[in-house]
Order: sequence, then C-alpha cells, then structure tokens
Amino acid sequence: MRESPDTDVAIVGAGVVGCAIARELSRFDLSVTLLEAGADVGAGTSKANTALLHTGFDAKPGTLESRLVARGYELLSEYAPRVGIPVERTGALLVAWTEEQAAEFPAILEAARANGSVDLRRVDAEELYGREPHLAPGALGAIEVAREGLVCPFTTPLAYATEAVLSGCDLRRSTPVESVARLEGGGFRLTLPGGALTAGRLVNAAGLRSDELDRMLGHDGFTVTPRRGELIVFDKLARPLVRHIVLAVPTKITKGVLIAPTVFGNVMLGPTAEDVERKDDTASTRAGLDYLMSEGGRIMPELLEHEVTAVYAGLRAATEHADYQVSVHAPEGYACVGGIRSTGLTASMAIAEHVREQLGETGLRLEPKTGAPPEFRMPNIGEAGIRAHQSDDLIGRDAEYGRIVCFCERATSGEIRDALTATVPAVDLDGLRRRTRAHMGRCQGFFCGAELAERLDAAEAS
Amino acid sequence: MTVVVLGGGPAGLAAAVELRRLATRDVIVLERESEPGGIPRHARHQGFGIRDLHRPHSGPAYARRYAQLAAEAGAEIRTETMVTGWSPGGPLELTGPGGRETLEPDAVVLATGCRERPRSARLVPGSRPEGVMTTGTLQQLVYLKGRRAGERALIVGAEHVSFSALATLGHGGARAVGMATELRGHQTLELFRFGAALRWRTPLWTRTAVTAIHGRPRVEEVELMDLDTGATRAVECDTVVFTADWIPDHELAVMGGLDMDPGTRGPAVDTALRTSREGVFAAGNLLQGAEPADVAALSGRHAAATAGEYVRGSAWPDRRVPVECEPPLHWISPNVLAGRPTPPSRGTFALRSTEFASGPRIQVTQEGRMLWDGRIRRLVPGRSARLAAGWVAAVDAAGGPVRVRVVRRG
Repeated sequence: MRESPDTDVAIVGAGVVGCAIARELSRFDLSVTLLEAGADVGAGTSKANTALLHTGFDAKPGTLESRLVARGYELLSEYAPRVGIPVERTGALLVAWTEEQAAEFPAILEAARANGSVDLRRVDAEELYGREPHLAPGALGAIEVAREGLVCPFTTPLAYATEAVLSGCDLRRSTPVESVARLEGGGFRLTLPGGALTAGRLVNAAGLRSDELDRMLGHDGFTVTPRRGELIVFDKLARPLVRHIVLAVPTKITKGVLIAPTVFGNVMLGPTAEDVERKDDTASTRAGLDYLMSEGGRIMPELLEHEVTAVYAGLRAATEHADYQVSVHAPEGYACVGGIRSTGLTASMAIAEHVREQLGETGLRLEPKTGAPPEFRMPNIGEAGIRAHQSDDLIGRDAEYGRIVCFCERATSGEIRDALTATVPAVDLDGLRRRTRAHMGRCQGFFCGAELAERLDAAEAS
Repeated sequence: MTVVVLGGGPAGLAAAVELRRLATRDVIVLERESEPGGIPRHARHQGFGIRDLHRPHSGPAYARRYAQLAAEAGAEIRTETMVTGWSPGGPLELTGPGGRETLEPDAVVLATGCRERPRSARLVPGSRPEGVMTTGTLQQLVYLKGRRAGERALIVGAEHVSFSALATLGHGGARAVGMATELRGHQTLELFRFGAALRWRTPLWTRTAVTAIHGRPRVEEVELMDLDTGATRAVECDTVVFTADWIPDHELAVMGGLDMDPGTRGPAVDTALRTSREGVFAAGNLLQGAEPADVAALSGRHAAATAGEYVRGSAWPDRRVPVECEPPLHWISPNVLAGRPTPPSRGTFALRSTEFASGPRIQVTQEGRMLWDGRIRRLVPGRSARLAAGWVAAVDAAGGPVRVRVVRRG
C-alpha cells in the first residue's frame, strides 16, 4: 500500500474480545478503529455470558485457552477494581451427586494441577452442606475451587471500550463490514455502509461471524457452529439460598448446569448447550427452560419457589476445534481471534496481550503512548460495591443520584442520565439496562418502562 | 406517636387519612413515585371510589382526591422516597433526592401494592423483542407519556385488567387482534365482555396458551396453542400485553422479616391486619392482588384503625392461628386469627380459586370441628369471593390451624 491507510489497525467486532484488543492497542502510538455491526459494544455473545471469573482449573492442559484463561484471570483481577468492574470472589463448589461423578474427582484435580491451579480441595458431604445448606439431599461431596468468582459481563467490555475511546480509538457502532479485500502492497480495504476504510492491519474479533470474515480473506481454518445456552435468572429474594458457584461434574459434551449468584444479587441457573443453525437464534425454548427448571429442582428445590426475573439465551462461538482459534498471518498483517468460548470473558485481557505481541512480531511498531493513561471509572452496578443510591457523597453533590427511577434494581435518575451521555453512551433500552441495571429487575418495566422509553427518545432527539 | 405508611396508593393514603382522623400525631407516607396515588394515576377508566368515597371517579381523579384528602388530614407525603433497607428489628432506611436517612416509627403500615407478572416470570420462551409489556407499562406509556402503543396487539389474560388494557390500546391507537386465556372463560363482568366485543370486536380465545414470542427487534408473531387439542397457530402482532397474574410487591415485607403467606405471597395478617412483627401492619393489594382500588382503600382504613389503637397502647396478641385453604382454593385473606379476632375489612374474608364454580359449598373447620358450612355465590379465578366471617368467634385461640375447603363445586 503506497499511501498511509485511514487507520493503522481495524478491529472487527466489539464484543469483550474486540474491546479488549482495542484497549490494549490504544495504549500504543497507533490509530485504532473498532467496528461493530450491532448497536452497541458487548451486546452480542458477550452479554449472555455466565459471567464467571474462571481460574481455568478445568481447561484442557497445554492449550492456548488454558494459558490465556489463567493469565487473563490475573490481569482482569488487577484491572477490574481499578476501573470499577464488579467482581465477587465467591469460590466454586463442584458437586458430585453419584459415585461415577465422584470417581472423576482425581482426574479433575490432576488436570487442575497441570493447569497451574493450586487452590483446589476436596470437601466432604458434611462440610458441603454446612456451606451450601439449601442443596438438595444426596450430594456425596465436592471439590472447592476457592478462587473462582463472578465478574460483570456488561461492565467489562464497556470499560475496555471506554478506555480505548478515551485513548483515541475510533469506535463505530452499527457499522457492519460488508466486504474486505487485501490491497496490493499490503493492508486492507473494508467496505462499510458509509464508505470504505483502509487499514494497515486487520484484527478479526467477529465472534460468531469470525469464520465468515476469515474466509473472505481466503483462509479456511475453522467453522463456527453457534451453541446456544439458555439461562434463567431468579429473583433477588433467592440470593440468600446460594453462597458459591455450584458447578456440575462436566461430561464430554457440556460443563453441565450450574447455579450461581450474579454480581447483581440474583441467582442464575444454566446454561443449556445446544448446537443451532442460525447465528442469530438467541430465542429461548420450551424444552430448554423445562430442562433447566428440572435441573434446578434437582440441585436446589427451594430455588424454584422463587420468581423468575429474566430468561435469556446466548450463542457461544463454538468451532470444530477444542481450543481457541488464534492465528496471526505475518506477511499480510492479519490476526484472527476465533472460537473464543465462554471463558473468553475471563481471558479477554490475555487474549488482547497475546494478539498485541503477535502483531508486534509482524512488524507493527508498538511505541507506548507518552503521557498519563486516561483517568476513568465505570459507574458501579455490582451489588457488592456502593451503588449511587447508597452514596451520601454522590447524592449530596447531585440530588439526581437520590432519585430512584428503577425501583427493582434501584437505578437512579443520575445514573440513567450519565449512561445516555457517557464516553460510550447507551443508544437503546438494552444498552441502558447493561449500564445501569434499569429495567432488568423483577418487574421488567411495569414501573419504569414508560419513563425509560421517554428518556431514550429525549436523548436521541438532543 | 409516629406511624409510617409505606406506599402512597389508595390503601396507603386511606390509611393515612384514617390515622390522622384518629389523632395520630405524626403520619408520614413514603411514596417512591414522583406523584402519590398509585396505580389509579394511570388507569383512565371510570368506576373508582364507589365503595369508599361513595361517588364514581376516573382513576386519575380518584388518585388526586386521595392525595388531597391525605394532605388535608395533615399527613406528610414524601414522594420520590424509597425504603431501600429494613431488617428484622431494624429501622427503615430511606433514599430520596434529599439524601439518605433512617426512621424508627412507633408503627408501620405496609401498603406496597402489587404488580403483574411479566413475560419472563411466566416462562414464555422465544426471542426478546421490544413490544412485550404488562398493562402497567402500557397504561403509563399511553396515559402518562402520551405515546403510541403499537399497531396490532395481543392481550394475554381475560380479567378485569385485561379489558382495561383493551381500552388503553384503543386509546393509544392500537388494535387488539385477540385476547387469549388458558381458562375456559373470561373472568370479568359479562357487561365488560359484551361491551368490548361490541366496541372493539376483539375475539376471546379461551383454553389458549401463549407458547412462544418471535421477532426482532420488535414482536412479529406470537405462537398460540389450543390446550384441548395441542394444535398451534401463529398470530401476527407487534405488541403483547401480559395482564393480571398479580404478585404482591413483597420485597420490603420479606426484608423486614415478616411471616409470609404461601398463597397470597404477601405477609400473613390477622383480621385486624397485624403482621407477625409487632407494630407492623399491612393493607391493600400487598395482601390480595389485585382488588379494585376502593377495596384496597377500605383495607388501608381498616389497618389504620388497629394501628391507631396500637400506638395508643393496646396490647399485641402473641398467639396466631393460621387459616389455610385446600385446592382448588388458592388463598384466603386475611390468613391468621390472633387474640380475640375482630371482623376483617368489609366483614368478610376474600377467597380465591384456581377454578370456576357456581354456588360451591364451603366448609370451615378447626381440628375437625365444624365452624361454618354453607354456600357462596361463585368462584372465579383471579376474582375474590367473599366469605362471611361470623365463625371467627368460635375459633379456639389455642387450637390448631383453621382449614377452608370446597366440598362440592356447585
């Protein structure tokens, strides 16, 4: 390519992985463009994640996934409290209900050691029931994974995107890549709805569509088969029932159905695992919900006495390979980051670090930016931290933080205003929900739905 | 003498008026919305206030009237103020634009009302498009915000409120393509059903379940199933309104450590509307969702009478006999007898059934001893039947639970 490209690096896909890569590269003296087909960042596969902060104890030893999850755990654990991403260290209990499942324990402990996880410990039935008294009777024992935790799947990509944009990244939402071509002499030309964009390097973080983009560039490394996971979220009044992430002993097909608290103070039950044909088939199903309810009843019968707050389904970008599909094609300056499954939330920063190192080896000049990194902090939407409505300081400075608009989730007028005017502002109800928790509670809009619709319209008009 | 009323809807405001009439010095109503009045604020139809104010009002007029009565009576109404914390034995923790504070009143009247179960709580599968709402949201969109409701709407449910949704849709410029209920008939008055059929020509699909919702970004189609044949069919629409299926807004009651009734899912209360926690009373649709606003208001007035006596020093009964019911009865309210029981609000218990019955025979027993045996007029799911309360005088206050059952379904 003779002339200098419009952008040094174009990243396609602003899920948690694309946002993490954009954040990582924005720390260097580069121009970075982040393209997202959807209306918002983190609004596809990323938002329907089970939201666990994995230690990677159960990854396949020796894989890239094993290494990046372990590294990502460390990086995100350090980053999250610094920028206000909610994290809760609940620990996990992997429960055996049958002798066959208990017989898997030695192999699970062995694999964990190989993955470098040293925090696993066997727990007998008595201790298990002492720690999870609402479990159904009949559990034989468990493995405790003390460092497993919860992380907010909404704030994480938003924080990455916010830092990237503050560092100069050009974030373009509602901008699908229609086609891509390699340019003579190097670089890429992307066709976008508003015209073309040339880029020196291209990062494919297109998630469910990453195989399609890969093929546009003449590669054929993998095929994404969307694997649907349905989840049921129970009312906050159920939260005292569950103290840890209650995991199932995995089978070859699935990690099984888990029951876990959420950082928002609810209880989550799921996921299912079902290969589907369409990459937009995020519909829940009667069979899936019935299966989850029966599993929930088997593991923790009291849970079913509580109201269901939300039901949703997400698609994991599963491939025919067991591992992440990360490849960097040095001569052309193309990095493909595909096949990132649910562990990608935890691994995101390590994936970004890995991609940045690999791009450096392709000759991309990586000069750290001079000057201080951007100062920012995400509004806390986690139950364990201080929310706006709980802060005398915030309310004292601005009464809007004392004006609760969403009663179920206690999202305030001030937070809603902030979300609509943020560095990466909410543009729709779902975006508002992921930034403030408004409308995600038990009434699902009975009280605040009309008010939020009016505020969104007003923000759009201004 | 300070009594705090939680919730400024009909029950809470009526309680405040009555407490002031009984010369309670400080009465504070805490309302989380920006205006007092509760649900009637956005229920535009007529017919409010017959039983309590003896004059028909529209919903908004009724809400305004009650707010005015409470203010004139000298109650302090704090809007945009939400109770965000309350532990068993602890003070009320409040949040509002003025900041956070705690209150330790001499008595509390809970009147937090109820809401409709949303689609998710009913586990209706499918995609998650825009255009799926409850009647509450629909009424606020149309009447408080002046917005359109969509073009073609399906109404789920066939109770009073479902017909209110129908009227609201008409006002909001939408056409109701149908009304689906899993039951074998509607649960409202024949007059409403007849009027609706005449005016909007909306078909009523009985024994019909909503089995899936499809569309993106907005609703495009709803899948309906005939519960008798299992046959499914698709109905095109852009809006789905889930009506009724009421659940009390009971979060505060649970936080405050009150014993809950498994049927109503509100706090368990005796005939004087005392909860299990001393000094805490409950009233209105938190106890029996949903009654007409004037019935809720009378319940608030009833709770206020006992609360007023309590803050003046009357004793708190320590023994509580539960009142339980058997299927097809779903719940009874009040559901506890305490001390020497006084008559409940309006002199009757409210009974709910999951099945229709005409002239069913009801028996009330305690440890096998017959307290009452007789017929009531009818049972309609989602609507309260009134059960006379004369038998409470015969209850053994030291005895076991009182049982209410249907012995013949008419």
